[in-house]
Amino acid sequence: MRVNVEVNGEQRTEDNVWEGESLLSLLRDRLGLPGAKNACEQGECGSCTVYLDGVPVCACLVAAGQAEGRSVRTVEGLADGDALHPVQQAFVEAGAVQCGFCTPGLLVATHDLLSRVSHPSDGEIREALAGNLCRCTGYEHILDAVRLAATRGGGRRDQEWRSPDRAGRPGAGAPRDTGDPECER
Amino acid sequence: MTTGLTRPDGPAKLTGTAHYAADADTSDALAAALVTTTVPNGRLTALHTADAEAAPGVVRVLTRADLPPLGELSTPPLGFPVPPLLEDTVHHEGEPIAVVLAETWEQARHAATLVRAEYADVTPAVPFGQAEDVVPHGGLVFGETDESKGDVTAGLAAADVSVTATYTTADRHHSPIEPHATLARWDGDQLVLHSSVQSVLFAQAALAALFGVPPENVRVFCPFVGGGFGCKGFVWPHIPLAAAAARVTGRPVKLVLTRAQMFTLAGHQPATRQTVSLGATSDGRLTALRHTSSNASAQLGDYCENTPHGSTWMYASPAIETSTRIQRLHRPGPTPMRSPHEGPGMFALESAMDELAHELGMDPVELRLRNEPEVDPLTGEPFSSRKLVECLREGARRFGWSERNPEIGSMRDGHELIGWGMAAATMDSPRSPSSARLRIDHTGHVVVETGMQEIGTGLPAMVQAVAAETLGCPPEDVAVRHGDSDFPPHTGTFGSMSTMGLGSAVRAAAESALEKLGAEPGDPLAGALAEAGLTELESEGRWSPEGGGMTRGRTGGYSIHTYGSIFVEVRVDPDLGLLRMSRAVGVYAGGRILNPLAARSQMIGGITWGYGQAVLEQSVFEPNLGRFLSKNLAGYIVPVNADIGEIDVSFVDDDDRVASAIGAKGIGELGAVGVSAAIANAVFHATGRRVRDLPIRIHHLLP
Repeated sequence: MRVNVEVNGEQRTEDNVWEGESLLSLLRDRLGLPGAKNACEQGECGSCTVYLDGVPVCACLVAAGQAEGRSVRTVEGLADGDALHPVQQAFVEAGAVQCGFCTPGLLVATHDLLSRVSHPSDGEIREALAGNLCRCTGYEHILDAVRLAATRGGGRRDQEWRSPDRAGRPGAGAPRDTGDPECER
Repeated sequence: MTTGLTRPDGPAKLTGTAHYAADADTSDALAAALVTTTVPNGRLTALHTADAEAAPGVVRVLTRADLPPLGELSTPPLGFPVPPLLEDTVHHEGEPIAVVLAETWEQARHAATLVRAEYADVTPAVPFGQAEDVVPHGGLVFGETDESKGDVTAGLAAADVSVTATYTTADRHHSPIEPHATLARWDGDQLVLHSSVQSVLFAQAALAALFGVPPENVRVFCPFVGGGFGCKGFVWPHIPLAAAAARVTGRPVKLVLTRAQMFTLAGHQPATRQTVSLGATSDGRLTALRHTSSNASAQLGDYCENTPHGSTWMYASPAIETSTRIQRLHRPGPTPMRSPHEGPGMFALESAMDELAHELGMDPVELRLRNEPEVDPLTGEPFSSRKLVECLREGARRFGWSERNPEIGSMRDGHELIGWGMAAATMDSPRSPSSARLRIDHTGHVVVETGMQEIGTGLPAMVQAVAAETLGCPPEDVAVRHGDSDFPPHTGTFGSMSTMGLGSAVRAAAESALEKLGAEPGDPLAGALAEAGLTELESEGRWSPEGGGMTRGRTGGYSIHTYGSIFVEVRVDPDLGLLRMSRAVGVYAGGRILNPLAARSQMIGGITWGYGQAVLEQSVFEPNLGRFLSKNLAGYIVPVNADIGEIDVSFVDDDDRVASAIGAKGIGELGAVGVSAAIANAVFHATGRRVRDLPIRIHHLLP
């Protein structure tokens, strides 16, 4: 089948996609975007987290065909050219990166959290990142990084990205700062 | 927030541009999926591949007869000493029997489910504990199987107080977030591999020997590893299978293990059963220490979890006796896993020390202080540096140990029982050769090249720092290239050895460059090159421990180990049996700390790893099916961020120039040691329940 999908702002078309293929494989093996990682294959670890129409999903659990006509944003689409996004900058400064394999998923999850809740409590951070496994760091420096990114307004730019033209699409509600960790999850 | 060196590998990892093995360009590659045995023993009698061959996208299905002839190799470098595709006799469930090659990964995996196998003579697998204990032999026995000094039987008879107890630890799986992956490509008789390994050197040597080509014909790339923890240390069957499939088909082949295959084809830490006997005088001085162990092992390979090893250097006992055995079972091959040997072993020893302290009515910190040896208690040789006493005192101070009421169940917070427990930690310090090449260009820019792969520990930052410190230049002037077998060899990123070997080699390379230039540290490098009439300067540095090869910690007349103390607070809901670790303090002596930020993260990660060992991680082996039951990350539970309470990590001043030329020792595995004992000891303090079987689960604590 043919899949048309907007990825990181660019319209992409891919032919001869097998129906059994995942969005993760489409991104990694066909579209040259290996940032999202294949790891647990069942939505346990969060390493393949990408935005689908502005909502974080595990790309391993989404069929490639389900992305037809929708928009995807991956870790490759977070930075602005050579300038790291504040969330990325905070991760490296806080020492939240070790082997780096869980990092792309954690970045997208953090990016999403801060776009909804600009100054999350520790409980909200822990809840938001509960679906992301890291086997290296013991998580403490990751929490440091999220706090640091929040103090630098890491969520603001994302609200611009999420707003107006995506209104009405599934899951793409107006940016909120409700303090409710459950919203949109 | 702790500060330290900024990772040069950070930006690539943050933008998705750091390429791991499975990220190599595969536009022209076939995807491979393994078909594996579904029984633990017996014989394979037939394989039916027609349905798989007819499935969408499938190019070919390879069985044993299709493979090119392969040389024979032992363990290590192999992880399990069998040909990569099974011919007849089944050694364990999950053993490869066919390789499906298709245009996409999903198509290969789908078709792999369509291959049917027939077996004969299958019987239930004998569980661990019901087979004979035997003495292990071969390359997977690390250290001595039997050690002794003095008369333990007499020492126990003469003791005022003695304790004897049996402790068990569970089968555990490394579960790195990155599964094993290999992309293999042949060009004539030249093989290129992109493979997720902890040693490009081992992979290169093994593949050259298996395919009968010289090592220089095999080039292995592995700049980044998405976590290994030991399961990528040796060469497992999928690596030669990917290379064989590429050879047979003439196309590049990418083989990524499924998460389930990570539970059968990449090793695990085997279950252990250990018995510790301690005797002491009434004032708490040990008269005898005996530590015996047995672990579940496979039919072949004889992997030995040498749990009593650390007990031979921890305490000043006049009589010490250790032995370690294995049981040969129909299960996948075990392999070292962070932290091998001392990780499971110190659970038993440090639990037993707590039991002894309780019997003596003595503070457990004080009991350890009273048994601090001046020299290695087994060999009588000096310690290169040993700061356990400092770790114990500083840990107690930071934790507030003096506020502890020793009475069982005496500390409560509302409904919850509070327990405070502690343990000492140690790891052996194996060391191995390493080398690096350093190049300075006419602008003063420095490039260091090494075969080392970055596995998350921050080695590029360490290399940058050591080169900059030795040359006296800013770290940002130093670039690091790594993870290519064409670069100077580094043994491997395992055994907590890399900083010692590679750091020392980088220092030697930098010193050699200064010597060639006739320059002093801090001299502007561009100017020094111009003065010498050079546009570029290259130097190499090598380092190896005494003897030139890989060594254990007892080498060259010294006893070389790392030390630490771990203090924890647990909270137990007495009605529900819920157990939480609310607070942990770890204090460590691991030589000179080169990067406080990375070192702190390593230790927090280690304590979290130890928490997993203590209360979460267990692979249940089901004997009727002969397999690990939950071969996925939903059934094999690893710690998540909400499991982890407040963790305070610090280091005592240490600088060990016997261990390495840069004063550093290895800390990658130390943090995970002792945590499970400290938690079990805290549970005893809270509840009076002495749990000697890991992991500690609700059923241990329910009323």
